[in-house]
Amino acid sequence: MKAVYTWSAILAIVFASVVGDVLLARAMKQVGDVGALWRRAGLGIVIGRTLGNPNFLFGVTAMAVAFFSLLFALSWGDVSLVAPAAASLTFIGNAVAARIFLHEKVDRRRWIAVSLVAAGVALLAG
Amino acid sequence: MDFRKYLVLAGVTVFAAAGDSMLSHGMKQTGSISVHHLRGVIFAVLNPWVAVGILLLLAFFAAYMTALSWADLTYVLPATSLGYVLLALVARFVLHEHVSPLRWLGIVLITGGVGFVAGGPSLTEHHAALPHAEHTEDGNDPLAVATAKTPLLAKDTRNGAPHVRVTGRL
Repeated sequence: MKAVYTWSAILAIVFASVVGDVLLARAMKQVGDVGALWRRAGLGIVIGRTLGNPNFLFGVTAMAVAFFSLLFALSWGDVSLVAPAAASLTFIGNAVAARIFLHEKVDRRRWIAVSLVAAGVALLAG
Repeated sequence: MDFRKYLVLAGVTVFAAAGDSMLSHGMKQTGSISVHHLRGVIFAVLNPWVAVGILLLLAFFAAYMTALSWADLTYVLPATSLGYVLLALVARFVLHEHVSPLRWLGIVLITGGVGFVAGGPSLTEHHAALPHAEHTEDGNDPLAVATAKTPLLAKDTRNGAPHVRVTGRL
């Protein structure tokens, strides 16, 4: 039964971090190239536009949910299971979500990269 | 991708790895905290390792947001996963911890993945085909509007037709 709790919490971490990453990526694409904007309008505008972007705020909220899900997961399961499982599944989930929601061109090169990194992270964090 | 952008990606990698290790080091000094001892959280922040760790993680977040403003999520995430490798190397050569063969295999896989993604484009073409997208004041991507209206244009730009430009504001 504890395994069910642990895996539910891991899935909650993965879901919340993927939602957060996609929203943050979308927010920053809307803000535009930060370096160029800084040179043109100043740092205050960059910060104001980022913090005023609804996608950014929802993204940060999703990241907070992911963090608290991590705390729950760690209280039910071992860190040697939770950390690698959550990290590598988040890589895979992000690739799928970026393709669907951000219309990023996830070609064969990026799929191989994501799979290698996800496998490597699973081994390293385990 | 100019030199400055590689510097930002390096910043994402190094700040995350350094911030995490400093937090971890500091939290081991302060001992475990719990909801019943919330004062422990305040003492934890007063620990210099924890304080510097938090500052580094803020720097990581700023660099991560900067990178996402000009590169794809599926480029930034694998490209900055070298942080895991960095942590393992610090554990082995600075802290003299034992790194098992399975972990060395993990390092090799991540490094290979980073090499793969770094060899490709950093941004999907439907953004790259429109370099002046950043100059729109309302923050909307004009090409996104254009591609929504004309799917054919979207297909062409996605396939990498290099000189498809939408002239003027939409």
